[in-house]
Amino acid sequence: MFRLIVQRVALAALALFLTSLITMAAVEALPSDACAAYLGREIQPAALQKCREKLQLDRPAIERYFIWTRGLLSGDPGVSLNSRRPVGEVLIQRIRNSFLIGGLAALIGIPLAVFLGVYAAIRRERFPDLAISILGIASMALPEFVTATVLVFIFAVSLGWLPAVALISANSTIPQMLPATILPVAVLIVVMVAHVMRVTRTNVIDQLDSEHAEFARLRGVTGWRLLVRHVLPGAVPATIAVCAYTLAWQLAGVVVVERVFNYPGLGSLMVDAINNRDLPLVQTTVLVFTAIFIGTSLLADIAAVLVNPRLRRRSS
Amino acid sequence: MTALAADAPARRQRRAAQVIAYVLSRPSGRVGAALVAAHLLMALVSPLIAPYDVAAQSADSLQGISAAHWLGTDQLGRDVLSRTLVGSRVTLAITIPAAIIATLWGGALGIYLGLGSKLDEIVMRLVDAFIAIPSLLFLLLVVAVFQGTTAVIIPTFAFFYGLLVTHVARAGTRQLAAQDFVVAARLRGDHPLRIVFREILPNLADTIIVDGTLRLSWMIVAFCSLSFLGLGVQPPTPEWGQMIADARGYLTVAPLAAVPPCLAIVSLIVGLNLLSDAIGKALGIDTIRQRGA
Repeated sequence: MFRLIVQRVALAALALFLTSLITMAAVEALPSDACAAYLGREIQPAALQKCREKLQLDRPAIERYFIWTRGLLSGDPGVSLNSRRPVGEVLIQRIRNSFLIGGLAALIGIPLAVFLGVYAAIRRERFPDLAISILGIASMALPEFVTATVLVFIFAVSLGWLPAVALISANSTIPQMLPATILPVAVLIVVMVAHVMRVTRTNVIDQLDSEHAEFARLRGVTGWRLLVRHVLPGAVPATIAVCAYTLAWQLAGVVVVERVFNYPGLGSLMVDAINNRDLPLVQTTVLVFTAIFIGTSLLADIAAVLVNPRLRRRSS
Repeated sequence: MTALAADAPARRQRRAAQVIAYVLSRPSGRVGAALVAAHLLMALVSPLIAPYDVAAQSADSLQGISAAHWLGTDQLGRDVLSRTLVGSRVTLAITIPAAIIATLWGGALGIYLGLGSKLDEIVMRLVDAFIAIPSLLFLLLVVAVFQGTTAVIIPTFAFFYGLLVTHVARAGTRQLAAQDFVVAARLRGDHPLRIVFREILPNLADTIIVDGTLRLSWMIVAFCSLSFLGLGVQPPTPEWGQMIADARGYLTVAPLAAVPPCLAIVSLIVGLNLLSDAIGKALGIDTIRQRGA
């Protein structure tokens, strides 16, 4: 158990290091740089030169990478080249905003998905199951941006109930933001529910078919008691793991969804930072994303081991 | 032994026929196969049958359904029907080669490692480290860097998706390598390549093929998402994600323009999912479990 965690943390560190290297290489390879992006097309070569000196862009990339890494390790990820604000300060607000929609989606979506999955499993091959399964395949096949477009069309354009894009700034208070979060959260839920539901259904069906469930049935255990005492305990571990992995995969969805709704979260920050060639900001954002991703999968692994003791003896 | 070997291609053909028959015997498999086949056919012949030039602009912008433009026109007066028909070509031209390359290199590496290599531990740690990186972020970066150059997008997709194939292939090979017929081939002194091609691959191919169709559908979604974000394909090349992004701006005026590309992408993805599920069931592979792993 302990060894597993140590291994995973070491792996996480390696992944973060690789991430920072690739990100730097990618941004360095981008045509134009922060100064050219900031000053626009018609710039004086002298002004460009001055700006580059000021932002230390005239130094070699390797040197800047080490400056940034040293800063990050001592808790200071540098200053955004575009807004000249400290990266940490910019990020905190955005992380809060992204967690708001991601968290709400998980809080509503996971219980909903587990409920639907269990319900489909106990009504297997009958109408509820078929309906839920078909909806599941459909919502899994829908890319986030299609779901988003459809929901915007229904709720913003046709019915006019909700705003089509979020008209809030990055540092609005949470009550101010709530109306703007409804559609993004809805899109995330649609995508998430499908995956978790399908896995829950498969696991519950496996357990229903298992010998111990059969034995319980033969002893006369039925209904809720059978489900809660004999079926769910076996079906839960794999489902937990999938929930966590789904959450991690959602990160990519978050980027798209935030972009679609113009929601001021981490994802839209990263896309903007790429467009502005804002290297410190891009690097730190990607790193935060990766760290969240790795952290979530680590939690998934630990949770899976905690609920399923058999995994503890698995060698590496 | 020789009789068996001579019989192998015939048996393989018979098995393929069985799988196809099984897939077509189920409604979901039939729908999936029909959708995928229709999309592939359309991607091949659409330039010939599209009624208009996909880049041709006209003054009739944002028109609804009419005799001249069956599915209306977009904000630049381009024919939506023609653009939707042709819209899959770029996506498929990038994702299909990428899926094939990913399967080849990921499969080869996975089999090599799965047979027990000194490099196994260290390479798998690296693979895990790369898998821990959310790939869409990097696709975003790479696509932003190279502005939609196919020559770069294909290898990038192939790289990130190949990592996942490596995992699947390695796990499968390890299971097979412990089985008697592989151990027997080893003891017989068969060349490792012969073992791979005669003992491992025929048994691993099922898993990899089913896995590959699933990955292809993920890649298509990822690529369309990139285009939707304005990063994948450069105009005037038609692409569904980009068409939906364009149409979004005019939802109040011309809501219909978003419908054809949405339906097109959804039908292709649903088709691929149904087909891979059906093939998986025919081969006895649980795709849902694979997805979760």
